[in-house]
Amino acid sequence: MEYVIEAENIRKSFGSLIAVDGISFNVRKGESFGLLGPNGAGKTTTIRMIYGFSPMTAGSLRIFGLDIGNDWRQIKGRIGICQQENSLDPDLSVQQNLEVFARYFDIPKKEAKERTRSLLRFISMEHRKDDRVTALSGGLMRRLVIARALINNPDLMILDEPTTGLDPQSRHQVWERLEELKSRGLTILLTTHYMEEAARLCDRLVIVDHGKILVEGKPGELIKRYVGREVMEVTEPSEELLRWVQSEKLEHENLGHRLIIYCKEGEELFRTISHRFCTGGCDLRLATLEDVFLKLTGRDLRE
Amino acid sequence: MKVWQRNMTVYQKIWKINFLPPLLEPLFYLFAFGAGLGALVGSIMYEGSAISYIGYIAPALVSINIMYNAFFENTFASFVRMYYQKTFDAMLATPLSIEEIITGEIVWGATKSVIATAIMLLVISFFGIIHYPAGFLLLPLAFVGGMAFGSVAMFFTAIMPSIDSFNLPMFLFITPMFLFSGTFFPLENLPLWAQKAALIFPLTHLVKLCRAVGLGYLDARLLLNVLYLIVFCAVFFPLALHRMHKRLIK
Repeated sequence: MEYVIEAENIRKSFGSLIAVDGISFNVRKGESFGLLGPNGAGKTTTIRMIYGFSPMTAGSLRIFGLDIGNDWRQIKGRIGICQQENSLDPDLSVQQNLEVFARYFDIPKKEAKERTRSLLRFISMEHRKDDRVTALSGGLMRRLVIARALINNPDLMILDEPTTGLDPQSRHQVWERLEELKSRGLTILLTTHYMEEAARLCDRLVIVDHGKILVEGKPGELIKRYVGREVMEVTEPSEELLRWVQSEKLEHENLGHRLIIYCKEGEELFRTISHRFCTGGCDLRLATLEDVFLKLTGRDLRE
Repeated sequence: MKVWQRNMTVYQKIWKINFLPPLLEPLFYLFAFGAGLGALVGSIMYEGSAISYIGYIAPALVSINIMYNAFFENTFASFVRMYYQKTFDAMLATPLSIEEIITGEIVWGATKSVIATAIMLLVISFFGIIHYPAGFLLLPLAFVGGMAFGSVAMFFTAIMPSIDSFNLPMFLFITPMFLFSGTFFPLENLPLWAQKAALIFPLTHLVKLCRAVGLGYLDARLLLNVLYLIVFCAVFFPLALHRMHKRLIK
């Protein structure tokens, strides 16, 4: 089995602060792998070590079978990185941003121009190629950063929080592009704190918290394994309901304004509860990765 | 190098604005000091002959131009690229190393000095105050001076926490040099201790070189001044690289 990324027990500490505490995972070729976790979990730090931006404090990391310490130049030539910040060049136009970036990879001028053209088409921005980057909306900037990350035809694409801060429509447009890349067989590694994004884009993922991996697996499997198919969510639960739930020894999570009840035999329990306790704030819904995180840590993915 | 080229591409975009200051500023100074002060000062003794005040300060203005261009480029402009635009972060996602990026930036600073000098020479040569062919040496001198000032500028950029803190090196480093490096008056006018102290300033050496070359007085001893600039660069260049590495790679 060919692994594109082999991370073994990687650690990162800043002085006495341990940001990443022994994370290990492997990513196969053509796979779309996610690191899901709340802010401050260590996702960005981990990813920075993987693309060689930040040196590891400990652990071993191999990409394309090469060691990140020695062969970083070779590795960087084959990966595309989409960082969280929009580090586009405000002094250059949209097209120039791509062409200048291509130069850093020693891509010959003619080829750079061709690739720029096809990438602009991919992100549907050909008509804006001469525009100033500062005139672009957040969503367009993000798409441009993604295009820029592809300028060297990478074998691995790393994205750090690709849609954070975008409006829903832009987010969907980014997801569409990423799914297209995925279908073309590009290996993808991404970090996110949006469970929807993780569930939609990732073949496999790990849930990270406080610098450690909590669980690993396919999104659907994780949900089934830890939460079940459905959960019941009650807004503003009454005292009565809380007491009842405790007395019935039902697995639940009390979040103050919300109460999550894990029900394996959903329908019937839901009918019982809603009939007896709910004045309208009860929902039976499909379980999500957010519920998995909640179950494992007792906290929300987004505080 | 590719980083240099990126900066050159940007420069080509905004050259129209960048064109004017190196053109106009020295003209302003020449006019104000040369015409204005020159009438009061009369001529200055240089290497045994009397030179007009304008002729005396013109090479100094060239040196100052060299200093400002490289220093400003590798402080303010580089800082903005590094801190606000995160341009270096993006470059670090490519097969470029931080050393290559910073080297490219410093060489670009020196390049700006050369371009500015060329523009300035174009103008002031019409006043007949620069001697040729020795005057052409001002261009490679601009590069050496630019590298020296660019290196120390990059060092400051690496250690400054915010863009406001640059006022400190401007005030403590650049301004004293501007005034006391034998620019607008001969160093011999100052007390001995000040003369010796001024020898630490890289600008002192650059002015000496530019003046000698610009007025056509070539002398083997000038090589010592060149050596000083080279050593200055050799000290601050690796320092700048080291501190930049420390700052950006955590």
